[in-house]
Amino acid sequence: MSKRSTWSIPYVIFMVLFVVLPLVLVIIYAFQGPDGRFTFSNITRFFTDRDALGTFAVSIEVAIENTLICILLGYPAAWILANKDLNRSAVTIILFIMPMWINALMRTLATAELFNMLGITLGKGTLLFGMVYDYLPFMIYPIYNVLVKMDKSYPEAAQDLGATPWQVFWRVTVPLSMPGITSGVMMVFMPTVSTFAISEFLTNNKIKLFGTIIQENINSSMWNYGAALALIMLIIIGVTSLFQGGQKDAEEALI
Amino acid sequence: MKKIIAKVYLWVLLILLYAPLVFIAVFSFTESRVLGSWTGFSTKLYANLFTGNMQGSSSLLTAVENTLLIALVSAGVAMILGTIAAIGIYNLHGRKRQAVLFVNNIPMINPDVITGVSLFLLFVFLHFSQGYMTVILAHITFGTPYVVLSVLPKLRQMNPNIYEAALDLGATPAQALWKVLIPELRPGMISGFILAFTMSLDDFAVTFFTRGTIGLDTLSTYIYADARKGGLTPELRPLMTLIFIIILVLLVVINLRQARAKNSVTAR
Repeated sequence: MSKRSTWSIPYVIFMVLFVVLPLVLVIIYAFQGPDGRFTFSNITRFFTDRDALGTFAVSIEVAIENTLICILLGYPAAWILANKDLNRSAVTIILFIMPMWINALMRTLATAELFNMLGITLGKGTLLFGMVYDYLPFMIYPIYNVLVKMDKSYPEAAQDLGATPWQVFWRVTVPLSMPGITSGVMMVFMPTVSTFAISEFLTNNKIKLFGTIIQENINSSMWNYGAALALIMLIIIGVTSLFQGGQKDAEEALI
Repeated sequence: MKKIIAKVYLWVLLILLYAPLVFIAVFSFTESRVLGSWTGFSTKLYANLFTGNMQGSSSLLTAVENTLLIALVSAGVAMILGTIAAIGIYNLHGRKRQAVLFVNNIPMINPDVITGVSLFLLFVFLHFSQGYMTVILAHITFGTPYVVLSVLPKLRQMNPNIYEAALDLGATPAQALWKVLIPELRPGMISGFILAFTMSLDDFAVTFFTRGTIGLDTLSTYIYADARKGGLTPELRPLMTLIFIIILVLLVVINLRQARAKNSVTAR
């Protein structure tokens, strides 16, 4: 039996080459000047670059707002979908999941075009609206998955023991669905910070998000600064995933 | 009462979610080059799309072909690589297993831009000329983790002795693999393939950074370039409409089949 553990070797080699080495390269490039020598200047440049700092702040703000709106709108929807008394139709569930399977750029452009036709000026408001459109299914799906698999005897037991429906919801259902929420946040927050293209289309280039700045630098051959910005984002991802202790559960909620 | 509120809530959300898609679909049936102005019912845009009788049509159709080809090849390789890896990981223990699964999760957690930029730097560093090959390698990188995570649960559910039993009964390792192991793992392999395939179809950022400068376009990069030029090519409207419908039908069929399979299992 144990001999078959060697079957993982090809994939391990593949991952070292295409997952680990690229991330190491991001770190190396981030600490390299144009002359190829070690330097901190790319990192310090970010902290003195008004433009990049401003974009960074806006990105975090938009991402927090988007994540909160997605939870507020998505949780009730997931809860209703998972509740057999309220929804029996498999088609409604499919309709909520389907946008996940359609190219985000296509959906974003469709949204932007609709705003244009309705005569709504593109800006911060349309950006948030479009982001919620794009990411809401990614919040609903993991929460729904956890709620559907939840053992129904817990809320029933709470009810039998005299809890009000409100208490059952806040003290039993919500805590038990935390893995779904965590994984939803993971699928909404960081992608929002890092999107490029989407924010440009939804705001007519008025608002840039952090991903756009990385892309602009890489595309104009400023690899070292681009890598430094990517590294800053990697650090944030590392920190946020440290805070999410139940990460394993969160990933299981996805499949 | 509660039920009505719940239903209304769901449908209001759905209407909002689908408004842009319906809007595109409606205006795919008119000839106007400008989106939003209705110049009478027409299927000319559909005809243009299929006959390739339009400006820049060859590049749009090539982009669709590229998208499908890249998705098929990368998901196929991801399925094989991921299944073999899952069998290996299943037989790993302790820290080694944790370490491999940790690295396996990285491409799933990393935002597309990071995956794209880091692979771009890799290809620059290795002096790979970027094109089909690099895009496919990149798509294999973010697709395989999904296959691994879909196949692992099937290995856990499987009776570990049947493979050994096949060997004891005189099957060669290849036969035991092909006739015993693969059929047990097939559902996980298929759902992993589908996940990797759709991730590849959906991808924009990773393709954008790894396609190089040879003018390779997938549907996403085509749409991106098109929209930056100002306004969508009208023929994209029927194309989007068709994609929505195909995906909707596929999802309904897959889900109904799954539901039926589940019912027949419980009935037994």
